[in-house]
Amino acid sequence: MTPFTKCHSMAACIMESNVDTDAIFPARYLLLLDREGMGEYLFYDRRFDAKGTPNADFVLNDPRFSKAQIIISGDGFGCGSSREQAVWALAGFGIRCIIAPSFGDIFKNNCLKNGILTIELPSPTVHDFAEHAKAGALLEVDLPTRAVAIESGPVALFEIRSEDAKALLNGWDQTMRILLEDGEAITTFETRHRNAQPWLFS
Amino acid sequence: MNHPTTLYDKLWNAHVVRDYGDGEALLYVDRHLLHEVSTPVSFRTMEGAGRAMRRPDAHIAVADHAVPTDARGAMIANTLARAQVARLEENAARHNVEYLALEGNLQGIVHVVGPELGFSLPGSVLVCGDSHTSTHGALGALAFGIGASECETVMTTQCVRQRRAKTLCIDLVGARQPYVSAKDIALAMIAKLGANGAAGHCIEYRGPVIDAMSMSERMTLCNMSIEAGARMGLVAPDDTTFDYVADRPMAPHGVQFDQAVAYWRTLKSDDIAAFDRKLEIDVTALAPHVTWGTSPEDVIQIGELIPDPNSIADTGRSTRMQKALAYMGLEAGTALAGTPIDTVFIGSCTNGRLDDLRSAAQILIGRKVAQGVRAIVVPGSSSVRRAAESEGIDRIFTAAGFEWRFAGCSMCVAMNGDMLQPHERCASTSNRNFEGRQGRQGRTHLMSPEMAAAAAVTGAICDVAGLVAMEQGA
Repeated sequence: MTPFTKCHSMAACIMESNVDTDAIFPARYLLLLDREGMGEYLFYDRRFDAKGTPNADFVLNDPRFSKAQIIISGDGFGCGSSREQAVWALAGFGIRCIIAPSFGDIFKNNCLKNGILTIELPSPTVHDFAEHAKAGALLEVDLPTRAVAIESGPVALFEIRSEDAKALLNGWDQTMRILLEDGEAITTFETRHRNAQPWLFS
Repeated sequence: MNHPTTLYDKLWNAHVVRDYGDGEALLYVDRHLLHEVSTPVSFRTMEGAGRAMRRPDAHIAVADHAVPTDARGAMIANTLARAQVARLEENAARHNVEYLALEGNLQGIVHVVGPELGFSLPGSVLVCGDSHTSTHGALGALAFGIGASECETVMTTQCVRQRRAKTLCIDLVGARQPYVSAKDIALAMIAKLGANGAAGHCIEYRGPVIDAMSMSERMTLCNMSIEAGARMGLVAPDDTTFDYVADRPMAPHGVQFDQAVAYWRTLKSDDIAAFDRKLEIDVTALAPHVTWGTSPEDVIQIGELIPDPNSIADTGRSTRMQKALAYMGLEAGTALAGTPIDTVFIGSCTNGRLDDLRSAAQILIGRKVAQGVRAIVVPGSSSVRRAAESEGIDRIFTAAGFEWRFAGCSMCVAMNGDMLQPHERCASTSNRNFEGRQGRQGRTHLMSPEMAAAAAVTGAICDVAGLVAMEQGA
């Protein structure tokens, strides 16, 4: 996983609530087998019309924001389907950080596994950042200090669990960490569990 | 006596392999359901890292999302879908995971197949790379959706790192009116909580309404928990559960079943256990619900008018509602009843079980699908399809003018070719009415199987109770 330390970028604002993972990555592209190249289909039905012509009014088609590494959005960003393809598409498109008042639970977990930082801030703060970002101000997100600042605008501190921050900063592969650190604990538990609920093992 | 605990606490505590502190733990996973969409990258990651599956016997694989439902036996025409299903079969074979063949008699939607095989059991932790894994909580299993990366972690370690959820107790009281189904109760709950209002929570459903519900109704309700943002829904296992599980092929049998039931009876929240949140819903006043917008929270009772976005203070929500109305081709302040529909879809992991098909068929006896309406019914599993055929339900559907399909997710996720054309309007028993969910520019109205059947007959969104009463009166 690509480590995350800091990010300095414009932000694309999609200021509506409940932007679901079907919008982020339409279902028909779920037939693709490889995560590489999925960035092409990010927000496909919002970025392009039925003929494949870019919709000029969608923020990621605005030349000022088409290279943004940050998205600012409303409540419940990433709700709905658990498809990690949505996160692979965001990462493939170059998104490193998403700021919103709240996120879909599964989506938030998926981001963490792919080096994308999700930042939860109170709704008024998010809107304040969005107002500056829409005018083209640059944001600076700094994970070690838990700070997000915007050019000639506010600074906010965000919370993240220290384990999650470590995983992002180090680009850890979670499976590898569990195998290295907890292999013995798993075997011990498994033996005990098999004795307690043998029907789960037959 | 020990500290009083909730059902969620009991299931959590029984599976903690390692407590990391700060509310986070490594949880043991008893069951993992694999489907073709969530696992190709998981297998590739595992193999690329030179890792192996820890316990192949704890996993089963079945293709559901991408599979055609119009025919079986021939090669899948769509090359991408064919490759994806073949990849699942190859991966399962290479790693000794049981694969329920597309042409076999056990194939179906993961969330329908798991319970009917007895693979999903009370007291287990069950995961799947699919958000509707909450369905299995109806059996008293701690069941939740995960992403593809976590699927690989589970395949390799049989564990998943989890943050402890908050608990939300929903007490369902009162007496249901005729034609008020579990789907309507779920939609009413989502209207109260909002589409992400229960994020971070596990919902436990309790109360006399739950006690009286069938397993399939409980599954419908738990299935929709994720549409309120909760990754997990739970119902404490009881005799209804044990009767359901008994004699299923992968469930324990004989003495071991009795031992299991003795343990499963302990799986309930203590009387004085504290929940983080509580909500009571009196179902007495509920009528059938229908969604008008592009989020399951955009829902009203059939007799109500579509709300006005301008009356909503939250700008994020009101902006989304404006967009939703434009997308759906509807106007605030008008009735949904009477809105003509083009398509009817009955099926999905929400409402594709035998009881759902029975309920819809009941409405269709002696009636016909309205002129110009395309109606399809897609059983949730091959077993459901066979059982329905043995009862003659398939003939009720086909006599009414429905297409009788093979099992799969079909038009709930619209990645197998079953989909809406732009601006087509669909009465659907599925779980999501998101923009484009059933096809680009498609317009989805979520409702119960009975309501979808009534819409098929009248060619418009209508109150099933009214339809039945009117014809009985005439």
